[in-house]
Amino acid sequence: MRSKPLLLTILDILSILVLGISTYLALFFAPTERVMGEVQRVFYFHIGTAWTALMGFILAAVFSIIYLVTKNLKWDRYQVAAIEVSLVFFFLTIVLGSIWARPAWNTWWTWDPRLTTAAVTELIYIAYFMLRQGIDDPERRARFGAVYALIGGLSAPVTFFAIRLFRTIHPVVIGGANAEAQGGFAMTADMRVAFFFALFAFTIIFIDLYWNRIRLGELQDQVEQLKLKVTM
Amino acid sequence: MLFQTATPDTSGYMIAGFAISFLVMGLYVVSLYLRSRNLHRDREMLEEMDSAQQKSASK
Repeated sequence: MRSKPLLLTILDILSILVLGISTYLALFFAPTERVMGEVQRVFYFHIGTAWTALMGFILAAVFSIIYLVTKNLKWDRYQVAAIEVSLVFFFLTIVLGSIWARPAWNTWWTWDPRLTTAAVTELIYIAYFMLRQGIDDPERRARFGAVYALIGGLSAPVTFFAIRLFRTIHPVVIGGANAEAQGGFAMTADMRVAFFFALFAFTIIFIDLYWNRIRLGELQDQVEQLKLKVTM
Repeated sequence: MLFQTATPDTSGYMIAGFAISFLVMGLYVVSLYLRSRNLHRDREMLEEMDSAQQKSASK
């Protein structure tokens, strides 16, 4: 594997920096929400992680199509990397949502359409890695993975639109209102700054982790090829 | 929260949220580092084995 590119090192540092700034904006710059109190501040990370994770799942579905067309294993590596990082981010989205829900809805979890589709999405991608681990042949693994990720990718828009299509108690903060929602709030100008910066920060962090994960995948492939060469 | 008059103290939940966020992201970064380190070690070992095999084959 090539030595670490300078741009990736810069991106590593930038990620730490933007995470720090985003934390500062969420904790100290944004005002306290009057009804929910301090817990509303986790909303900035909740949306930041959700946005990047759902984009990552869609990106993985796009890489699946490219792999199925080209049969180049490079696209399989890109797809695995996108799904792994998205899985971590989406796990955070669900956990943060649950922490917010406890004081806002008086429960850690409820089988609301948004929460259910989110949980299903997370489980679909956990199963994706279980499926891959069960297949030894790299070509076959990549083909099955691509088809699975392509179908699984449908769960991302379903999760996103769940609060816009179904009756749900999950608030719609951007692009509409939901009459059934509990815990919704109107963002002030300072809240918007923290919100949009969190989106930017988590996008940078996602790209950084994604690039690092792609390099790990390249290393894994090299080791697998060497193992085959040595054992033959 | 419907008939409340004062802002509730939910700072404990907020601290838990941020703590878990940093913990999960930190653990993932550590996992990337450890996997990368182990793979580098594996690759070095396999390269040594490969060169040893090539030497013995040429003799």
